[in-house]
Order: sequence, then C-alpha cells, then structure tokens
Amino acid sequence: MLAYLFKRLISALLVALTVSAITFSMTFLTGDPAITLGGETATQEDLATIREFYGYDKPIPVQFFNWLGNAVQGDLGHSHYLNQPVATEIFTRLPTTMTLGFCALLFALVLAIPLGVVAAIRPNSLLDRIALGVAVVGQAMPSFWFALTMMLWFSINWGILPVSGTDTWAHFVMPSIALGYYITPGVMRLTRAGMLEVLQSDYIRTARAKGVSRFSLLFKHALRNAIIPVVSLAAVQFGFMLGGSIVIETIFAINGLGFLAWESIQRADLPMMQAIVLILSLFYIMLTYFADAMNAWLDPRIRVA
Amino acid sequence: MSEVTATSTALSPRRMMLKQALRHRGLLFGGFIVVTIVLIAIFAPFLAPHDGYEQVLSRKLIPPVWFDSPKATWDHILGTDHLGRDYLSRLIYGARISLMIGFSAMLISGVIGTTLGVCAGYFGGKVDLVISFLITTRLSMPVVLVALAVVSLVGSSLTVVILVLGFLIWDRFAVVMRSATQQVRNLDFIASAEALGSSTPRILFVEVLPNVANHIIVIATLEMAHAILLEAALSFLGLGVQPPDPSWGLMIADAKGLMFFDGWLIAIPGTALFLLILAINLLGDGLRDVTAPENRG
Repeated sequence: MLAYLFKRLISALLVALTVSAITFSMTFLTGDPAITLGGETATQEDLATIREFYGYDKPIPVQFFNWLGNAVQGDLGHSHYLNQPVATEIFTRLPTTMTLGFCALLFALVLAIPLGVVAAIRPNSLLDRIALGVAVVGQAMPSFWFALTMMLWFSINWGILPVSGTDTWAHFVMPSIALGYYITPGVMRLTRAGMLEVLQSDYIRTARAKGVSRFSLLFKHALRNAIIPVVSLAAVQFGFMLGGSIVIETIFAINGLGFLAWESIQRADLPMMQAIVLILSLFYIMLTYFADAMNAWLDPRIRVA
Repeated sequence: MSEVTATSTALSPRRMMLKQALRHRGLLFGGFIVVTIVLIAIFAPFLAPHDGYEQVLSRKLIPPVWFDSPKATWDHILGTDHLGRDYLSRLIYGARISLMIGFSAMLISGVIGTTLGVCAGYFGGKVDLVISFLITTRLSMPVVLVALAVVSLVGSSLTVVILVLGFLIWDRFAVVMRSATQQVRNLDFIASAEALGSSTPRILFVEVLPNVANHIIVIATLEMAHAILLEAALSFLGLGVQPPDPSWGLMIADAKGLMFFDGWLIAIPGTALFLLILAINLLGDGLRDVTAPENRG
C-alpha cells in the first residue's frame, strides 16, 4: 500500500511540475511580455525597466524556477491590475467557489444516486427509461443556457429565487443546479452499472435468502459496494466543476474564483490568470491522488497492479 | 448443399449492423436531426430568408410569428434581434459556424488523440508511460479556463478558437484509442503480421487502425458535440466567435440583457443548440450500441 502511494505521489508531483511549466509558458504566448505590459507607446528605456523589474531579462529557465520557487512558498505573483499579491485575492475568493462546488456536487449526488439505484432494480422498465432520458437531456443542455432559463422562470416569472449574488443560501440554489446537473448523467450511469453488477453477486443472493429486508439489501448491502467507483468519479468531477464554474459564476455574479478568472481575463491580468489555472490544476491533481488512494484502500486489487 | 444455403441466409456483419441501426430509435432520431442541420448549414445561402448581417434598426425586436403581437410578421418567422437582423437567418448561418468549428476542432483533436492513443496502446512500455503522463497532465488543466485565457492572450478569431479547442480536447480520443489498441494488439492477426515481417507503420495503418475505427467514429461524434458546446460557451463569454458573425452562443450572450423582456431571444438559439447536441449525442450513443454492443453501459 505504501509503495503504491509513494509511486502515485511521484507521478502526481511530476504532473504538477509539468502543469506549472505549461502555465508559466503562458507568459510568452503574446511574444514579449514587456511590450504587452508597457503598451505600444513604451520607449526602449521603459521596456528595459519593466524587464528588469519583472525579471524578464533573465534566461527563461531561471525565470521559471524563480516563479516556481516563489509559488511553492505561497507567493503566486503580483497582480498588475490590483497591484497586490495574487494569493491574497485568490484566497479570499476561494471559499465561495468551494461552497458552490460542494453544493453542486451534493445536488448531483442526491439526484443521480437514487435514480441510478432505481434504474438498476428494474432494468429497461419505465423508470429506467425516464432515468436514461434525464441523463441524455442533461448532457445536451448548455449550462449557460440552462442557467439563464432557470433565472428567467424562477427569479423573474415566479419570483421564488434571487437573481444573482451570494448573500443567502437561496442565492446558491440555481448556480448549484446549473453547475451540478451536468455531472448527474455520468454518476447515474456508473451507479446503475455498479448496482446491476453487484445485484447479481452471490452475497446478495445469500442476503436475500436469509431474509434481509429489501431496503437494507439495496442500500446497506448492495449500494455500499456499487458506490466505490462513484466516489472516485465524484472526486474527479468536483475538480472539473471548479474549473467549469467560470461560466456559472459570471452569469450569477458569484464572487468566487471563476468570476475572478473572468475579471482577470477582461483586465489582461496575466499573473492572476496563471495563478488561478495553477491552483485549480493542483487542486485537481490532489483530488485524483486522494481518489486513487482511497480506491486502493477499498479495493486491494488495485494496489498490486 | 445445406452448408451453402446456411451461408447465404446468414447476414454478413455489415448487413447485420445496418439492420440493427435501422431498428435503433435513438440513432435514427439523432441521425435525422444531424443530417437535417448539416444540410441546412450547407445550403444556408439558399434557405436563409434574409441577409443575416443586415441591420434594420426600424425593425428591431420583432417577436416570432406565434406571438400575439401586432409587430409579428411572416416576413420574420422567428422575429428580429436587437439590431433588427432576421433571427431565422442568423440561426441558419449560426449552424454553419457551430458545425464548422465543431468539426474542425474534432478533426485536430482526433488526429492528435488517435496518434497518441494508438502509439501508447501498440508500443506499450516507456512510450505508454510518457503518453499516459501527457493524458494525465492534460486532464488536470481546466479546459474552459485555459481556452479562455489563451484566446484572450492570442486574440480571438475562428482559426484561434478551432486550434485552441482542437489542442485541448484530444484526451478522450487518446484514452479510448489506447485501450482499444491494447485489446487489438494481443490478437493473433497482429502476431502473424509481425511474423510476416510487415513494417510497423504498415501494421499500425493496415492492421490496427481499421480494427479500432468504430471507436474513432463514436468518440468523434461525441467530441464534436463537446467542441460545439465549448465554442458556444466561449462565444457566450465574448471570447469565441466575434460579432457580427452569428454563433448560437453569441446570440444567447447578445440576448442576455433583454431576456427579462423578450425571453424568446434566448429560448430560440438555446433550443437549437440543445437539439444539435442532443442529436449528435444520440447518434454517437447509437453508433456505439450498433458497432460494439459489448460496450454498452
């Protein structure tokens, strides 16, 4: 187990290093970053000052390791626009996005797992078909359009929910649904497949034979095993949702990391963009690492392979 | 004699697939809508009732014909937008742009992903290690955010959007091709081709590729839907297709400020987008069912 965890950790660190290199290289996408910063009217002396101040005059590998060294120590750079450390702003915004992501995940799981279980009890029944229909429709709906449509009905026509902002829990309802519904099809299908497989196993037949109640059989005996792959899918999808929340946060004016990313893109605030991409990627790497570790712990077969 | 009759009545695999396809409702429905939208996109100049770019400010925000409004007219079946452009014509030209971006981005990502996946699956060992590493790295970067950042840095144009999407969404191709190739690789005909002394490129192109082609087609349809959705999201955020070119995502973005008064402005392009994605997904799922029934899930 420890050997497996160690091997996985090394590869996760390598991925993190590569991701940081890619993120860092965004600086040079526009050509000379000094010219981007100084603008067209900058003189040669201005450019030289900018290069010296930001360290663009050093060789690129040196710049990269300086950047990386600072990032490891928690200094993610300096925002050109806000004129303050990037990290401060990111960590004030992060909790909002985490809350949103968590609510979205909760919504998705609460909807998808029971649907998957129900669909598996009677494959090809009407309920199974309805669940499949929900999945197919869910995957085809553009999230931003779904968000706007919900806003139109729930906030404007019926006046039940607030349009935008983050003041109360009610503000999080629509954004969580808009962000979470997209992953319900995947979770539902996986729960269904897992349940179908488990329900045919010997221990379920034994449990049935000894007279375990139907509810206990499904939810205590079967679901507990069928859910293992769902847990790691949920972890991975949580990472995807944080990355994808930019669209939803922009629509609902939620002051989180996604909205910050959007603002930074509008302001051409490159250090902030890079820091957000890096943070979200690292978070995803961490999530997949823990998901793998948990899987290995739950299923000993994985450790050996 | 009986053997001869037996072979002539049994259907060839290809005929059997066709027969299954004709019975698959999802595939037929999806296929029908996709073909219709593709035809509409191709013949856009003949089908669009108006010039989708022409602004007639005196005729702005006419509601669709089914609205009980004195302004509604058959001249603009789906009404006009905030600049007085015919909504139906823009919708028709928008299909062109969506499909073109989706198809081109899918093609690029397909070439990248298939090459990587087949190499990883066929060669295994260190090659597989490196390519799997690349896939993991790609998966850990948030697609929408990276696409937005790169497009904003480089400057938005059709080519940039296509290239950025193409270079970002090859992961599913690579993952599926890798495992499909791994399965094919261990079959006897690969071993015999190797024993015959076939060159590696020949084995890859003549023996491996045709046997994983059905997976490629399935992933290609699903990834095209993915690319179209991403393009719409980018355009919606103002960093995809640039005005005055019509894109469904852009139409929704333009209508955002007016949607509380004229909800149909976002309902129409949204429904079009939803229908197209739904149809492509149904087609992809159907193709998967028909070509590889064991992969259903």
